[in-house]
Amino acid sequence: MKVKHHLIPALGAALMLVSCGQQNQSSNGALSSSAAEKVYVAPGEQDEYYAFLSGGYSGNLTVYGLPSGRMFKEIPVFSQFPTSGYGYSEETIPMLNTSHGFVPWDDLHHPDISQTNGELDGRWIFVNGNNTPRIARVDLGTFETAEIIEVPNSAGNHSSSFITENTEYVVAGTRFAVPVPQRDMSISEYKGNFKGALTFISVDPEHGHMAIKFQLLMPGFNYDLSHPGRGKSHGWFFFTTYNTEEANTLLEVNASQNDKDFIAAINWKKIEEYVNNGGGTKMPANYAHNVYDEHSHTGTTTMRDEVLTVDPTKVPGAVFFLPTPKSPHGCDVDPTGQYIIGNGKLSADLTVHSFDKMIAAIEGGKFDGEAYGIPILKFEDVLAGQVKSGGLGPLHTEFDGKGNAYTTFFISSEVVKWQLGTWEVIDRKPTYYSVGHLMIPGGNSRKPFGKYVVAMNKITKDRYLPTGPEMEHSAQLYDISGDKMELIYDFPTHGEPHYAAGCPAELLAPKSQKIYRLDENRHPYAVTTADGAKVVRDGNEVHVYMSTIRSHFTPDNIEGIKVGDKVYFHITNHEQDFDVPHGFAILGQNSSELLVMPGQTKTSVWEPKQVGVWPFYCTDFCSALHQEMQGYVRVSPANSNVELKWSLGE
Amino acid sequence: MKKASILMIIGPFFLLGLYVFPLWNIMLGAPQYPDPLGLNIHINGLQGVNEFDIQNIDGLNHYIGMHTLPKVEDMWEFGTFPIIIGIMVGLGVLIGVLGFLEKVSYKWFLGWFALMSLMGIMGMYDFNEWLVDYGTNLDPNAIMKLTNPDGTPMTYKPPLLGHVKMLNFDVTSLPATGAWLMFLGMMMTLAAGFLGWKDKKTKT
Repeated sequence: MKVKHHLIPALGAALMLVSCGQQNQSSNGALSSSAAEKVYVAPGEQDEYYAFLSGGYSGNLTVYGLPSGRMFKEIPVFSQFPTSGYGYSEETIPMLNTSHGFVPWDDLHHPDISQTNGELDGRWIFVNGNNTPRIARVDLGTFETAEIIEVPNSAGNHSSSFITENTEYVVAGTRFAVPVPQRDMSISEYKGNFKGALTFISVDPEHGHMAIKFQLLMPGFNYDLSHPGRGKSHGWFFFTTYNTEEANTLLEVNASQNDKDFIAAINWKKIEEYVNNGGGTKMPANYAHNVYDEHSHTGTTTMRDEVLTVDPTKVPGAVFFLPTPKSPHGCDVDPTGQYIIGNGKLSADLTVHSFDKMIAAIEGGKFDGEAYGIPILKFEDVLAGQVKSGGLGPLHTEFDGKGNAYTTFFISSEVVKWQLGTWEVIDRKPTYYSVGHLMIPGGNSRKPFGKYVVAMNKITKDRYLPTGPEMEHSAQLYDISGDKMELIYDFPTHGEPHYAAGCPAELLAPKSQKIYRLDENRHPYAVTTADGAKVVRDGNEVHVYMSTIRSHFTPDNIEGIKVGDKVYFHITNHEQDFDVPHGFAILGQNSSELLVMPGQTKTSVWEPKQVGVWPFYCTDFCSALHQEMQGYVRVSPANSNVELKWSLGE
Repeated sequence: MKKASILMIIGPFFLLGLYVFPLWNIMLGAPQYPDPLGLNIHINGLQGVNEFDIQNIDGLNHYIGMHTLPKVEDMWEFGTFPIIIGIMVGLGVLIGVLGFLEKVSYKWFLGWFALMSLMGIMGMYDFNEWLVDYGTNLDPNAIMKLTNPDGTPMTYKPPLLGHVKMLNFDVTSLPATGAWLMFLGMMMTLAAGFLGWKDKKTKT
């Protein structure tokens, strides 16, 4: 009898499953054919959107097209990149300098495209290095890293690199609280002693150059993610926190005890005013500022020795805490600037705070105590609503500009679409698997382009042909133009994408640079005409001023180099034709090749260790006579008297 | 005759377009040049359609042993043509004014047109001569010495008018804005001659 009772519902469930399965199968055919049409970009045609996916631990930024999912470029930012010689060439080594010396790797997380009036303007894209805290600016004309600034007093540069709505600031918050300034102290004395620095880096409106305007030294919580206010809330910045317990060990347990952590609301305009009126304290610091000049094709490092710090308790009315349940991760602001969404990652629900209510509560002076002198607002006073999603592990939210929000759920592995204001769930679709961030082009600006959402997953498993234990990550593309989301494509992504940023193709494609002008090349070792090519010895340093054009090097025979010399090959590409790079590699080079774009100069150092005649060649299949683009360097013993000479065609 | 003379005065001014706009245009498209390279031929020199086109055409042509495209100082035509055009404009306008003042007859209009046409034909002939030399006078040490199926050396003369497929390139050669303005101006002078003739006929 008992057995029967159990069997009947089980059978019923099984039947439902079967019929569901069949229904799905029958509709799948039609679905997949229309999905194929939606993502198919025919040969020779171009995508509708650019998508910039962070490369995570690759340290790079990858450029994709949507809806095709085709990868167009990997932009080296925080990591050495032998493909182009970035971080290996003499010109780009300075880009990776820090106060800890040359750091050739980082963990790149959150790309954000520059904005004007809260809308994407496509001038630059900012990205953060998480490990050795740095912010980089990538130029969206050249698609190359233009500037990197190190962030002192920070550790785990994670609530970064988000920009304010006129790109006044790029903001970098610390995930790990640390002693400020750094000093030798017991780890167990963390609580009450460590600080969480939130750094506001000003961006020069014309050239994009970055400078640290001020650092707000907050209590030693973990500042996880952030986003700017926009529209009515422009002038504010919101940061999620976890570990308000200030635990220093076994955080997975000890930092998960408080029922609520905070969203920190920062009125940066107020602090800016305070600082402009002479407020704040200058503190000795040591950090690198690396700027790449497009005309000299050279990066330079300047070490900075001071930073302006601000104690939040000294600026009344500038900083407040909004209680938010369960270690919130993502902190997202809707396009109107009214709603601040805290994605409580250990919760099933989303907490939505109201900007208007927050302002009313502040004006009404209704506080629920304070933490380290910072007023805490009452949860009920600022709460706009809660989304009872039914999912588990909400992480990040983006917006379509039509009143809907889309939130990823890591644990239940899905994207949930819900409505702002009613907090009702409209649709949910699985992801494959364990989604982190999601991205709608412009989805964190005043003007989202709500056609596609890309979900970036942490686990790939069986989505593609297996490639051993290590696989690329996986992204899913959903069409969100209708009421229901539709999964239309799957594509592998490089490194570990965290956040991404996207924009319409027409914002960037027309201004994408084709060549560097040779007549604007101001590299000190450039040769702008082939007859200027030469070899100059200075002690045991030898400078080779070499030019390239299809299909030869000038010079291509060099004699008089000796073992123990340090030979600098300065290669100038004389092409002024789109997409005709030349490469340079020489046998025994202890670095990488150089890939030199038209009009550009790059330098590789070669220290020959063996006597002989050593070939060099062009590594890029530049032309029909690419194979012939080669040359020799004669290396003589250290004490020899072979005359220094160079030639071409003699 | 007044109407005819006014046409005769205005017509030659259209030739001034040649100082601004190219006379002729040659475009070279290839699979790896989806945006074709282009050459604008002005009366006073050659210009790339895009800034670096001449350099890039020369760069490609060196493989097959073609000479580089002529600079202003390499061809007497670039010095002489602007002077000839200037003289012809002056002469045409002068004839028109004299016609207006009834000092000369419509025959002078037709005479100017005939002279201009003759010069145009001579110019075209000269241009074609240059194209022949440019396309056939090849460096004997060229990197690629290609032959036709019959064994004769391949040459690369661009067409005077129209389209030719040359190795991987599609070459199209057409009159450009300056030439069209010149044709328009010349047609006006021809019309002036015709009107003058009709005028004369009705009067007699």
